[in-house]
Amino acid sequence: MNSETLIPHAVVVEDVRIDTPDVKTFRVLTREGEKPFDHLPGQCAMISIPGVGEGMFSITSSPTNRAYMEFSIKKCGHLTNWLHMLEPGMEVTVRGPYGRPFPVEEDLLGKDLLFIAGGIGLAPLRAVINYVRDNRENYGDVQIIYGARSKDDLVDYAEILDEWQTSPGVEVDLTIDREQAGWAGHVGFVPNYVKELNPDRGKTVLVCGPPIMIKFTVAGLTELGFAPEQIWTTMELRMKCGIGKCGRCNIGAKYVCKDGPVFRYDELGELPDEY
Amino acid sequence: MKFLKRTDLDCFLTAAAEHRTIYVPIDEEPNKSAYRRYKPRTPVSQGLKTTRSAKDFFFPQTENLVGFRIEDKKIKILDPRTEHEDFAVFGVRACDARSFGILDKVFLSEPVDTYYQNRRAHGLILTMTCRRPAETCFCTAFGIDPASPEGDIVFTETADGWYIEPKTEGGRDFLAPLEEFLEERDEGGAEEAKARTRETMEKLPLAGLKTDSFGGGKTKELFDRPEWASLSEACIGCGTCTFVCPTCQCYDIRDYDTGREVRRFRCWDSCMYSDFTKMAGGNPRLTQKERFRQRFMHKLVYFPENNGGEFGCVGCGRCLASCPIHMNIVKVMKTLSEGQDEQ
Repeated sequence: MNSETLIPHAVVVEDVRIDTPDVKTFRVLTREGEKPFDHLPGQCAMISIPGVGEGMFSITSSPTNRAYMEFSIKKCGHLTNWLHMLEPGMEVTVRGPYGRPFPVEEDLLGKDLLFIAGGIGLAPLRAVINYVRDNRENYGDVQIIYGARSKDDLVDYAEILDEWQTSPGVEVDLTIDREQAGWAGHVGFVPNYVKELNPDRGKTVLVCGPPIMIKFTVAGLTELGFAPEQIWTTMELRMKCGIGKCGRCNIGAKYVCKDGPVFRYDELGELPDEY
Repeated sequence: MKFLKRTDLDCFLTAAAEHRTIYVPIDEEPNKSAYRRYKPRTPVSQGLKTTRSAKDFFFPQTENLVGFRIEDKKIKILDPRTEHEDFAVFGVRACDARSFGILDKVFLSEPVDTYYQNRRAHGLILTMTCRRPAETCFCTAFGIDPASPEGDIVFTETADGWYIEPKTEGGRDFLAPLEEFLEERDEGGAEEAKARTRETMEKLPLAGLKTDSFGGGKTKELFDRPEWASLSEACIGCGTCTFVCPTCQCYDIRDYDTGREVRRFRCWDSCMYSDFTKMAGGNPRLTQKERFRQRFMHKLVYFPENNGGEFGCVGCGRCLASCPIHMNIVKVMKTLSEGQDEQ
């Protein structure tokens, strides 16, 4: 590996899975067929296509997965449009891991966990969910509330149905924004669904989704009696270096790339409202 | 104390340039000087400071980070880093000399930026006291003494030359082969020159600038102040202040396809630009008010908060001289400080 963190490594896209109409999950390996590097759940990496650009993405595979690394990426801009054109066998570059992870070996140990995700916001939480499932004895009950625009927009639906819902001590509550043929489950926005489900106040919450969904969800949780110290989230701002030097991802005196992306809600409350 | 006569400067620099590349300020047009590679018999600028700061030497405006060549389907990574040549920058003022320490806090903190570190390890800073500080100078507000700059060798300027004090091992090594151009003089002259500089500074219009209202932990008090709206109202977002600033260090990373390879380079960027924080999903700093506030909050609050209280401004005054709408950090500090007194 290079001694300079801004110099990336070439990796092979081994598999491209189409999750939703605008989300694909990319599995990457080194040319030797190994996982590129170790990470902790919630950490991110810079992915680039030379000549197109570089961007920060959360690592969606769990650190407990020793075989490969996965990124779930939504097509929503210049670089992600190019990434969605990748086919197995092609190469991209990665560098990382970056940022502060979810405190899976500290604050979250022994806790009942409530995961709340909206749309592509499941990507960073998936790393934690699978980490917890693989270290089941270290954590209490797990509840996952996940919502998307439609049934077709639920990321990695197969894993949710086949693995999460069948895991002992794991409850999965899915919702979609509008009625849809073939959907017998809950319909409605995530923040409202959370209030309806009225989760136990003793749970530690991990929430990720579009900024507006996070804001309403946290407002709802606060109404239910959850304290900011119980709620963890992960942020996203524009980044170039990933190491707190290029100067663009700060919220007040904190850099999302190195002081985050994971923040406890009371920590965010100390920062100016500029995100 | 060692003394270099003004008439011997050319011989001194010519001899020094045999050992390493020397950069000196050169007058390119009236009131506009820039650091250029020293060539014998080139007149060194007598001006106070260069139009652009000296940060280019360690953090150049553009710099290649890595190259890529696509061979078949494989990406070949090309590391462009080479050992930088030895060089020295002559005539750096106290403000710019301090700015290197500020840049060090960013680039030499973990993980170390090896591009910057490489240049820094090979560059000597030859600083000069300010004999005639300008009306736009306010370095003393940030605890800088223009009569006693940091650096590898300090040149204390008098009417007919410079008292010379090496401050580091590198400085002493630099002077060793140049002894023949120096003479011994009573150091009373140096003290007199320093006293005069300090006296002049005290009389300058910005001498009384106060920093009490700023510093780490002041975000809550300052972020939502209504004055940001009027202060930023005329800002055209040109970014000139950030480009001439010796401590502004924000950068962009971009790719350029040369036809043979892709070069990934970094270049100076500016928080004053509308697309600085723009993402596919939105922009947290939508108007010039937020961008303007970011620049000053960073220098006066965020940077000190993360760096033991040290401010991210050195009072060089370049932004005062170059802003097309005559807005600057001094006006921002005065306005926000006054508002606080009234509260």
